[in-house]
Amino acid sequence: MAGSLQIVVCGGIVPNPLQTLEPTAGPQGPALKNEAMLPAVLDPWAWHALFEAANLAKQAPGSKITLVCMAPKAKLQQVMMTIAQKTVFELQPIDGPASGFVESADVAGELAEVIKGINGLDMQKLLVFGGWESASRGAGTTMQILGEMLGITDQFQGVDEIRLKDDGSFDVLERIEGGKHQVSRCAGAPAVLGWATGNLPEPPNNPQAGMANMRGIMPALQKARPAKPGQDGVKFLDVSLPSQRRETRVVKDTPAEEIARELAEWITG
Amino acid sequence: MTQDTTSGQPEVDRQSMEVDIACVGFGPAMGGFLTTLSRGLLNEDGTPAAESKTMPGMPPQVICYERADDIAFGVSGVVTKARAIRETFPDLDPADIPMTHPVTEERLLYLLDPVGASRRPATVKAADAVIKALRWMLPVRDQALRIPFIPGFMKKHDGLLTSIGQFNQWVGNQLMASGTVQIWPSSPVSGPLMENGRVTGVRLADQGVERSGEPQPGYMPGMDIKAALTVIGDGPAGPVGRILDEKLGLPEGNHQHDFAVGMKVVVELPEGCELKPGTVFHTLGYPEPEIFGFLYVYPDGLASAGVFVPSWFDSPVRSTYRYMQHWMQHPAIWKHLNGGTIRSWGAKTLQESGRRGEPHLVGDGFARIGEGSGTTNVLTNSGVDEAWLSGTLLAEGVLELLKSGEEFTKANLEKAYVRRRRESWLDKDSRKAEKARDGFQRGFVRGMIGMALAGFTRGRLSLSGDGRTPYERVPTLEQFLKGRLTPQEVEKLRTEAHAKGRTLHDSIMELLGWPKIEYDGKLLLSHQDALLVGGKVQAPPGYADHVVFLYPHLCEECGTKVCAEMCSAEAISVNPEGEVPLFDREKCIHCGACFWNCAKHLQDDPERGAIAFRAGAGGLHSAEN
Repeated sequence: MAGSLQIVVCGGIVPNPLQTLEPTAGPQGPALKNEAMLPAVLDPWAWHALFEAANLAKQAPGSKITLVCMAPKAKLQQVMMTIAQKTVFELQPIDGPASGFVESADVAGELAEVIKGINGLDMQKLLVFGGWESASRGAGTTMQILGEMLGITDQFQGVDEIRLKDDGSFDVLERIEGGKHQVSRCAGAPAVLGWATGNLPEPPNNPQAGMANMRGIMPALQKARPAKPGQDGVKFLDVSLPSQRRETRVVKDTPAEEIARELAEWITG
Repeated sequence: MTQDTTSGQPEVDRQSMEVDIACVGFGPAMGGFLTTLSRGLLNEDGTPAAESKTMPGMPPQVICYERADDIAFGVSGVVTKARAIRETFPDLDPADIPMTHPVTEERLLYLLDPVGASRRPATVKAADAVIKALRWMLPVRDQALRIPFIPGFMKKHDGLLTSIGQFNQWVGNQLMASGTVQIWPSSPVSGPLMENGRVTGVRLADQGVERSGEPQPGYMPGMDIKAALTVIGDGPAGPVGRILDEKLGLPEGNHQHDFAVGMKVVVELPEGCELKPGTVFHTLGYPEPEIFGFLYVYPDGLASAGVFVPSWFDSPVRSTYRYMQHWMQHPAIWKHLNGGTIRSWGAKTLQESGRRGEPHLVGDGFARIGEGSGTTNVLTNSGVDEAWLSGTLLAEGVLELLKSGEEFTKANLEKAYVRRRRESWLDKDSRKAEKARDGFQRGFVRGMIGMALAGFTRGRLSLSGDGRTPYERVPTLEQFLKGRLTPQEVEKLRTEAHAKGRTLHDSIMELLGWPKIEYDGKLLLSHQDALLVGGKVQAPPGYADHVVFLYPHLCEECGTKVCAEMCSAEAISVNPEGEVPLFDREKCIHCGACFWNCAKHLQDDPERGAIAFRAGAGGLHSAEN
């Protein structure tokens, strides 16, 4: 059985992707119209990274999961009520923006500072998890820059699976073209893994995990360190959503080929 | 493995957890309860004002389980006097809550029938003729009479407009920041735990099961949450309250026979719309006399608009969605909405029996608050503020009991909560409203007269109804279409629709003269698009179906299939291969209209229909309703 690991999951929050999103110009730059009233979720890629961390921690007894999350404190608190029943973790909150319009190097800098400050951080046991991509209009580069800032050279992106071995080494399956995976063997921690969607289902809600988490989460939120990354950096000249077309039709007993043909016609317009 | 027939859950060993107070359902009543309670759990110096029995040395552990996937996914466009809410938040600034604004103007509109399809009784037709004849001297515009005064009992002046989703989110965030209570969304509660007549907590819904409830490999039995006090605020369709009602019955003389489906859209108003934030429209008369409508104008160019279809609307094809689309297109409404876009959509059941629907408010180990406890006032058309007050009154009583170290017995809760409620304006106003709507059971005109009588005499006078239950009221299709179609033609229509798995309301409404809905992709959407674009409806896997047809023989006898005709989300559909309807959990918005609309009830238990409406996950994912 593998030795214990220190798994740090990095994740921002994003407006619930089902909501109506509309970019607008705010006093601090681009923002979403009515963003304050949109319910938020943990970034779906980071959400998955957290499930993977929970799964891995089960395989390496004594492992500890820390969730490092930068977001407005009030919104983060609401999101925690959704995820805290999934697995036991320690929260390291950063009270900062979650708009996705912040330069990724600035976000990585904030995350790196918090990770370096974790009590009892052991680089030889450290696996840094996060999303390969982000639903928050992020550039998909934060994890790579974070790894560099932490001095971690073993980095994997688009990860769908990690297979931990008894000697602490692990195989990593990274997505490549054509639905295939590149399999890499890593001698052990430290490493950075930017997760794709993987194969794990969402864990069920566990009220006991929720109770255990809340004892730490609420005090942590009250002490969340304020941050204002990206104050002087990238300026956005323009932002827009991809154009959308929507038509719904309910069909029964229609052959798949016919549906595919209609979809292709619809897409090519 | 055996199965509990009430909750549908297998009897297995379950984990359990102890808390001091377990709460079910996060709506305005629970918001009021938890806000008031959380302010009293700690002393000014931060020490516990009362001690937890499950975690000695700590303040009482209070946990609230909410079925929906976010505390902001409730449904209700709210216009309220906000008396109780403002008592709790004396410095409330509406600008702090998105989609909230003080009421600035109220209009009461009687809508004429521009289509000619409305089922208007002779008295209403005569009134319409008089209005049309005198339109040169009456305030009639766009086929609507603006009634020049709004009865005092209906007025919401000095009140608030808000979105229940946004309001709940605002309240919930403050509560969680207090650190004294926990609110867990995505946590359906299957039912109460009971021992020797005492409620000892709640059981959460099983996860990792098939649609039938059969365990899958990832089975996780719902945990038992043991608590000295269980606070039930899960609304009129909530399984915990309804199971308690089944087990305990209702107090002598009370009934829950009056309901309505409220359905709404949130619309981004067109540019140049002249309506100012804070404007309120109440409408009556169209699309059917029994169907009331509302339009509330929020800040930032948004408005909430919708209709209520009551249980005394005697039609077997009561499609709220279709009726709402006709209402939206009435000239007096359409002139404001046309050019706008739907942002959100949703529906809910309203328990409209009011005080006479009141269940046992307390018992050993439990207390009821909110709409499921009979707080809705059907005379003032108000429910949110009343629900909030019921929660604050309970919290005051609970704090009193906690601080004096008294148990949560029925007698103590009667003294601490029920007494407060009886002495409050909530109870006084609900007595005035008690019989206000009875007249509607015998027709629209009698209903309006009865309501006015009750309103102007403060409940001393009213007109009686016939007391029939919704299932007793629903006519057969043959009766409904008498004079229009022969029984043979009805049967042919039914058989053809059944073979295609289709409901009948569209074809019947068009037969009755209602024009086809011409979808524009912005305001007039197909029902399925309303689910996807507006309600963002979805359901997580691993939960059992929460709508179950318990008695197939009743479905086989049922010729109307009202459950499918009125389903707010087309989640229940006609089964082309049998008589028991089909249920699609991924479309359900948990409005609960199916259980009270069921047209067939057991002969030996007339309060029980063929449909079980249980705890379920998922549903609406819009925070703007």
